[in-house]
Amino acid sequence: MAAYILRRLLATIPVLLIVAVLVFLMLRLTPGDPAAVIAGDNASTEQIDLIRSRLGLDQPILVQFGIWAGHLLGGNFGESFFFKKTVAELILGRIEPTLSLAFVTMVIAVSVAVPLGVLAAYKQGTWIDRMVMGFSVFGFSVPIFVVGYALIYVFAITLGWVPVQGYQSISAGFGGFLQRLILPAVSLSVIYIALIARMTRASVTEVLGEDYVRTARAKGQVERIILFRHALKNAAVPIVTVIGLGIALLLGGVVVTESVFAIPGLGRLTVDAVLARDYPTIQAVILLFSVIYVAINLGIDLAYSLFDPRIRY
Amino acid sequence: MSPEGPVLAVDGLSVRLPGGGDRAHAVEGVSFAVGPGEIVCVVGESGSGKSVTAFSVMGLLPPALKPVAGAIRLEGENVLAASPKRLRDLRGTRMAMVFQEPMTALNPVLKIGDQIDEVLRIHTDLGPADRRAKVLAILGAMRLPDPERIAGSYPHQISGGQRQRIMIAAAMVLDPALLIADEPTTALDVTTQAQILRLIKEMQTRRGTGVLFITHDFGVVAEIADRVVVMQKGHIVEEGRAADVLRRPQHSYTRMLIGAVPSLKPAVTREIKAPVALDAVGIGKTYRSASLFGRAKIVRAAESVDIRIRRGETVGIVGESGSGKTTVARCIARLMPPSEGAILVPDIDIAKLTERRLRPYRRKIQVVFQDPYRSLNPRRTVGASIIEGPMNFGTNHADATARARDLMGLVGLQPDALARYPHQFSGGQRQRVAIARALAMEPEILIADEAVSALDVSVQRQVLALLRDVQERFDLAILFITHDLRVAAQICDRIVVMEKGVVVEQGVTAQVYAAPAHPYTRALIEAAPGRDFGVGEA
Amino acid sequence: MSAEPALLAPVSALAAPDRGRLAKLARNPSILVGGTVLLAMLLIGIFAPFLGTIDPAAINPSTRNKVPGFERTIRADDGTSTTFKHRMGTDSLGRDVYSRTLYGARVSLLIGVSVAAVSIAVGLLLGMIAGYVRPLDGIIMRFMDGLMAIPAILLAIAVVSLFRAGLGAVIVAIIVPEIPRVVRVVRSIVLSVREEPYVEAAIMAGTRVPTLMVRHILPNTVAPLIVQGTFICASAILVEAILSFLGIGIPPEVPTWGNIMAEGRNLFRIYPHNILYPGIFLCVAVLAVNMLGDGLRDTLDPKMGAR
Repeated sequence: MAAYILRRLLATIPVLLIVAVLVFLMLRLTPGDPAAVIAGDNASTEQIDLIRSRLGLDQPILVQFGIWAGHLLGGNFGESFFFKKTVAELILGRIEPTLSLAFVTMVIAVSVAVPLGVLAAYKQGTWIDRMVMGFSVFGFSVPIFVVGYALIYVFAITLGWVPVQGYQSISAGFGGFLQRLILPAVSLSVIYIALIARMTRASVTEVLGEDYVRTARAKGQVERIILFRHALKNAAVPIVTVIGLGIALLLGGVVVTESVFAIPGLGRLTVDAVLARDYPTIQAVILLFSVIYVAINLGIDLAYSLFDPRIRY
Repeated sequence: MSPEGPVLAVDGLSVRLPGGGDRAHAVEGVSFAVGPGEIVCVVGESGSGKSVTAFSVMGLLPPALKPVAGAIRLEGENVLAASPKRLRDLRGTRMAMVFQEPMTALNPVLKIGDQIDEVLRIHTDLGPADRRAKVLAILGAMRLPDPERIAGSYPHQISGGQRQRIMIAAAMVLDPALLIADEPTTALDVTTQAQILRLIKEMQTRRGTGVLFITHDFGVVAEIADRVVVMQKGHIVEEGRAADVLRRPQHSYTRMLIGAVPSLKPAVTREIKAPVALDAVGIGKTYRSASLFGRAKIVRAAESVDIRIRRGETVGIVGESGSGKTTVARCIARLMPPSEGAILVPDIDIAKLTERRLRPYRRKIQVVFQDPYRSLNPRRTVGASIIEGPMNFGTNHADATARARDLMGLVGLQPDALARYPHQFSGGQRQRVAIARALAMEPEILIADEAVSALDVSVQRQVLALLRDVQERFDLAILFITHDLRVAAQICDRIVVMEKGVVVEQGVTAQVYAAPAHPYTRALIEAAPGRDFGVGEA
Repeated sequence: MSAEPALLAPVSALAAPDRGRLAKLARNPSILVGGTVLLAMLLIGIFAPFLGTIDPAAINPSTRNKVPGFERTIRADDGTSTTFKHRMGTDSLGRDVYSRTLYGARVSLLIGVSVAAVSIAVGLLLGMIAGYVRPLDGIIMRFMDGLMAIPAILLAIAVVSLFRAGLGAVIVAIIVPEIPRVVRVVRSIVLSVREEPYVEAAIMAGTRVPTLMVRHILPNTVAPLIVQGTFICASAILVEAILSFLGIGIPPEVPTWGNIMAEGRNLFRIYPHNILYPGIFLCVAVLAVNMLGDGLRDTLDPKMGAR
């Protein structure tokens, strides 16, 4: 088991390395002097020179990558000349709203989508199934910001139940925290629900056609227990996998949701950084999100054995 | 219900097929009975409706199939009229079923003990300790070693034969009056099959269970049946005591089926003195799974296998699953490179040639694969498939097509059928097309990899005859891979017996069958079902 | 040998396996509805100039922020005057939202189709190489894993940030994250099909690798890629809208649905129509493409399951 975990951990290294190379190359692909690009539009010549020497931009590109990666491993993500802060500080200040949003969304999505998908599979071909699948196609088709604005219009502007926009830290009271987070989380969960419900339906449907389900029927087992005891546990691996892969969708959606609901998180930071061409920040956020994504999926890989005894480490 | 009455009485059963099929009913007007302590075999080829009959009894037909007439009485009670709740109560208690595929019939994520326990939990009020005792007892009765350990294992941790025992255990744990077994040994190796058949017979004798046994194999019928019901295209064509039906079949279809079972007695063996066509020396195939940590896993699929085939000769490789017979065939065909050894055809070694250097020799060796449904490209006409090879080697389209037309006639198909697609042919016809495709290359060596295993016996016999015919015509050397000793006895001049990657015995077919030298060969021959009854010797 | 008569009996000339399919496609309700709506969108985009629109980029300070149905009187030089009705109102620069929305269909569909086409072409090539050329498989797939590890929208944002905003940059930005998905699909098909006995039979027949790929393996990727292509098209339309909405996509003066909505964000509470109408068009278009994809998947490949 320990050897397996270690092996999987090591297997993520090439992936992260490629991400790092891509992110590193990003700056080198921009036209112009990287130092000037990093420093931003209002930088002085001295600042640009300082950056150039600090990043070793006069050295061969491999050395530059080494210096840059070394900085990263030491927790030094560089400096944002636009925000006049180190990128690490910037991210630390913005991470809480994003994590809260992602977490609440995830809870909503999984608790809604899995039962819906199971129900659709069980009632396959009925109007319930068609409703769920219809919602799923719809969920894939409606952009987050349209959902967001529709929800704001109904629940915040017309009904006045929740504030229109903004964020309140959980430390300032759970009620206010949830009140402000509920609309963004619901909007963000729509596409995620669509994805998970669809996969749940597909994999439960497939399992219900398996021979061992027929065996259970031949034993005289009732359908309800067949569904939960025999089918769902067998269907779990693909469902959990898609939940993990869907994290990418979730993290991408955060960028949009935070903009719609004026939540001061990493997503907003990304958009602001792109608009300001603040590359060190963009690089750091992309790296961070990728690491989170890879880490969560690694965790899910390791959790497979909980569902399926055939997977041994 | 009277104690003398039948356990199961099927009376005028008809099951309708959904529209668009080639017939309206899957089974029509089927009537037969299973008495207590009696084994009734329902036998027929694919599409005969034998499995539909079995599933009708359990009430497990797919929703598209509907019983439209007749009655199925289980101990006097019509199960066709029973409510779903009543049906569930009957399943597992009064009737139980064992399926064909032990690999997939058990839930992979539940422990074996729990899967047997499930039956007890559904149908009894026993406490955990009593249930556990019953589970262990039934596992013991299945002659499984170490019931405690087996009960705590998952299905993937035990062998196919053991899994089928578990299925039987779960079926028998509540002593049902009727056990339905749907081809329970078809997916198993022959030695395992013999054990499972013995077990079912023992269960039935000891517990007085009525058994409805579905099979396509008259050998199995001879081993196990008290009475036989022969089905063809949804109808019963013959019914009677096993000995009568086997010895004196009345209906022509039954006669044809029994006659088509290949005999275990080798056909006339020829002594072939022709020049060597292929000489495989010391073939070995090793799989290495590289691992970052620990030692690399090494699997030896085949080890120092020697096979020599002369022109006009058929050499069989027989063995059970995992014996390495297919690996050897694929190495010789150079569908995979052997790890060691030489393949001389007959004077050049093709074992290690690169694909480019190998190409000129490709046409010397051709393969007919097992699965007739996957061995032809579904998107191309069979004509295109047949002429592909010759055209690769420079034959022009017109000549290749003319030759393909000749070959179609030769394999017993209409030349005009070249324009058709594979899905328009039956399995046997496709196998004929595959043979024509191989012949189009004018090969010296033909490898038949389980080429008749997927076919019904009647079709099997025709394809075997065709192989013999083309062998004579083209002086072919044939390497015939099979798990079926009956088939091997009929077509092979010499056989090579493989077990776990090594050759344990090889020799002239008649000698090997008459006096097997190796214990494994003996076990294989003894396990062939229906041997004592002389099935296939007609 | 003598064959039994059944084998020589003529079988009625059945159609090629592909012919029945077209009829089946036309009977699928998802395909029918999705296809029709999509066609309508396409026609709207093409014939936008003739559908009662005015110049979508024309700024008019006097008609800023008008509600839907507002009528503007236009005086011509000869003294006559006509009225123009802003069916969907105007934005904060006085541009006609109806005209902008209709013209927006052009950009969205152009992006959807071109992204799908290019990412499938590139993905197909890389996937075939990865699936058949063993030594390159590892390299290509690790690179794809790396790309997949970056959430698609972020990757697109990163790519956009490298170039000056424009249609080309946006298209490239959306293509890059889609390619790994296509590569994976193609590679897995190649890996499974190359084990098929009919491919092995072709190898035994001496068919060379390029022919083998084109003749026996490539056709198996067509149906899944058509389906995948429609889903990519839908996703591309969405991502373009998102990028434009965030203000980092296509330059704001170009009429795209995302841009119209981005422009309407600030005054959303008072004038929701700037988000409502383009939002509806966007949803309907993407929904139509997704329905088409679902229908195609069910018809072309029932085994493919959920994406």
